[in-house]
Amino acid sequence: MNPSRDHYPKGEELQRSLSARYRNASIWQILFLSALVIAILSLAALLYNVVDGAFGYVAFEYKNDPSEFTAKPLDDLNQQELLDILTANLSSGAFKKLDNEKAMEKRSRSDLHTLVLERLIQIDTKQTWSMTDSIFRSSEIKAEVAEKYPDAKLEFRSWLTPVFLTTPMSSKAEFAGVRTAILGSLWMVGIAILFALPIGTGAAIYLQEYASKNLLNRIIQTNINNLAGVPSIVYGMLGLAIFVRALEPLTSGSMFGVTDANGRTILSAGLTMGTLVLPLIIINAQEAIKAVPDSLRQAAFGVGATRWQTVWHHVLPNALPGILTGSILAVSRAIGETAPLIVVGASTFISIDPDGPFSKFTALPIQIYQWTTRAQSEFHAIAASAIIVLLVLLLSLNAAAILLRNRFQKKY
Amino acid sequence: MEKENFRPLDLRKKLRPGESIIQALLFIAGILSIFITVAIVYELGKEAWLFFGNPDVTFAKFFGTTTWQPGIGRFGIWPLVTSTLVTSFIAILVSLPLGLAAALFLSEYASPKARSALKPILEILAGIPTVVYGYFALLFMTPLLQKIFGEGVEVYNMASAGIVMGIMILPLISSMSEDALSAVPRALREGAYAMGATKFETSLQVVLPAALSGIGAAVIIGISRAVGETMIVAVAAGAGPNFTFNPFQAAETMTGHIARISGGDLSYNTIDYTSLFAIALMLFLVTLVLNLVSQTIINKFRQRYE
Repeated sequence: MNPSRDHYPKGEELQRSLSARYRNASIWQILFLSALVIAILSLAALLYNVVDGAFGYVAFEYKNDPSEFTAKPLDDLNQQELLDILTANLSSGAFKKLDNEKAMEKRSRSDLHTLVLERLIQIDTKQTWSMTDSIFRSSEIKAEVAEKYPDAKLEFRSWLTPVFLTTPMSSKAEFAGVRTAILGSLWMVGIAILFALPIGTGAAIYLQEYASKNLLNRIIQTNINNLAGVPSIVYGMLGLAIFVRALEPLTSGSMFGVTDANGRTILSAGLTMGTLVLPLIIINAQEAIKAVPDSLRQAAFGVGATRWQTVWHHVLPNALPGILTGSILAVSRAIGETAPLIVVGASTFISIDPDGPFSKFTALPIQIYQWTTRAQSEFHAIAASAIIVLLVLLLSLNAAAILLRNRFQKKY
Repeated sequence: MEKENFRPLDLRKKLRPGESIIQALLFIAGILSIFITVAIVYELGKEAWLFFGNPDVTFAKFFGTTTWQPGIGRFGIWPLVTSTLVTSFIAILVSLPLGLAAALFLSEYASPKARSALKPILEILAGIPTVVYGYFALLFMTPLLQKIFGEGVEVYNMASAGIVMGIMILPLISSMSEDALSAVPRALREGAYAMGATKFETSLQVVLPAALSGIGAAVIIGISRAVGETMIVAVAAGAGPNFTFNPFQAAETMTGHIARISGGDLSYNTIDYTSLFAIALMLFLVTLVLNLVSQTIINKFRQRYE
C-alpha cells in the first residue's frame, strides 16, 4: 500500500492507484456493513428459532382409548359428565388428593377435561416437529407418522396457549404451564426492587449531592462501577452464603413462625437479585440526577432552602422519570437473570403458587433452563413457548421505559 | 461600597438534626456498596480458605493434575480453566471483528438516520436474557455446526456456546468501541482528508489507532463478560469437566460447573460446597482485575482528548 517516500505517482499511475484505493474503500465499507447484517441475522435467527419451536405438528398416542371411559367424543362432554368419569375411574386416594388441592365440583370444565386426559387417557407424545417442517414437509410427516406410529394422532399444535399461561408446572410437557414460574418471577422482582430502589436512589443522591471529592467517595464510586461488572453467578454464591445460609432464620421465616421452609425462599432470591441490580440502579439514578441543571439547585439555595429541601423538592422530582426508567431496566435485567437463582436454590418442580416471601419458588428463566436441558423434544417446545412469554414481558417493560423517558424527558 | 460592615446571617451554623439524620442515612446507602464487595470477598474467601485448608488439597494437585472431581479427591482445576479459556477465546474471536466493524460503520460511515435505526437492533441483542441464548446455542447453533462439520461435533460442545457467547458480547464491544471512535477529535479526520486519504484510509489508519486504547478496554470488558457468563455454557457447553482444547467436544466451564453442582442437592460444609466457593473466588478476582484494567484504560484515554 505505501509507496516509498520519495516516489509520488503521477499521471496514469496516479489514476490507477486512486481507483484502486477507492475500490478498496468501498469493499471495506461493505465488509463493515456486513458485520451489522450478521448481527441482525443472528437476532432474526434467534427469534425465528424460538417461534419455530413453539408451534408445529405433534404425534401422540392415547395410552388408554377414550372409548373405554365414554361413548361420546371427549370434547362434547360437559362438566358433570367429566366429573362422573373421574369419580368412576380414579383411585379414591388420587381423587381425594386432587379434591384437597381444589374441590372437584368447583373446577372448570377445561380443568376437568385436562385431568381426564392427564390421569386417565394419558397422552404419550411420540414426536414433535418444528413449524417450518410442519408447513413445508407436511405430507412427508404424515407419511412418516402413518408408518412409524400407526396408532398415533397427528395434530398441528400451538404450544403457547392461554392455558399454558394459567396452568402450574407438570411433569408432562403437554400439561405443563408457566403460572407458578411467572408468579415466582413477579414476587422475586418485587422484593428485589423494594430492596434496591430506595437504597440505590439514596446512594445516588449521596454521591451526586452530598459527597465531596475525597478518597472514600472516589473508592465508593469505583467500587460501584466494579460491582456492575461482577459475574451474576458470584452474586448467586454471595446470596447462598449470606441470605440462604447465614440469615436462614430470617429468610426461611422461622423467626416469624413459618416452620416448613429452609433458606431457599423467594425472599432470599429477591434479596440476592436486589444486590445484583443495586449498582445498576445507582449508576442510572446518578445519571438522572446529573441531568438536573445546577440552576435549579442554586435557585433553591438562593431562596434559603437547605440541602435536603433542595434535593427533595427540586432535584428528585426532576430526576424521577430518569430514576424510574433506570429501575424498569433493572427489573428487566432481574427477570432475565438465571444463574443466581439456580445457585440460591430455585425449586425445579413445584406446582403450588407462591403465597408469600417464605415460599419455595421457581422462576420463568429457571423453567426455560430446565425444559431446554431435557432430552425430549416436547419439552423444547414448551421451553420455546416460555421464552416467547419472557421476551414479550421484557419487550413490554422496555417499551414502558422508553415511553416514560420520552413522555417526561425535559430539555433544559 | 460598605461590604466590610455587612455581616450575613450564617444559617449553616444552625443545628438541623433532621438534615443530619437524612445525610447519615444517605451516607449509609452509599457505603453499603462497599459492604457488598467486602461481603463477597469475605464469604468467598472464607469458604475457599476451608477448601484450600483441606489436607487433601495441595498446590501440586490443584495446578498439577487435570481431573476435577472434588467428591473423590481429584482437585486438578485445569479442565474447568481450559474450557473457560476456549469458550471465551471463541467468543472474542467472533465478537471482536464483528463488533469493531459494526462500530466503525456506525461511527464513521452511517448517517445519523441509519445509526438511529441500527443501534436499537444491537440494543435488543444486548437485552436478551442469556438463558435464551443458551436455547439458541443448543437448538440452533449446535445443529448448524453439526451440518457444517459433520459427526465430530458433539451434542454439547464448546464451539457453539462460544460462538453464541460472541453474538451476546457483540453489542457490548461495538457500543464501547463506538464511544471510543467518536471520542477521536474531528480535527484528526479533517487532517487526513486534507492529505487526500479516502474514508477507509482515514478510519483505519488515523481514527482506529487513535481509539485503540478505548477498543482495548472494550475487549477486556468483553473477556470479563465471557469468563463470567453462565447460562449459555451451562446449557450448551457440556455437563462434566473435560480436559480438552477441541472446541467440538463437551467440556464444563467454571461457571457452568458452579451452576450444575449448586443446582443439585448440595449440603453445607462438604468439599463440593467449599470447592464451588474457591472457583467463584477465582472468577471474582479474574473479572475484578479485568474490569479495573479496563476502567483505568478508559479514564486515561478520556483525559488525553478532553
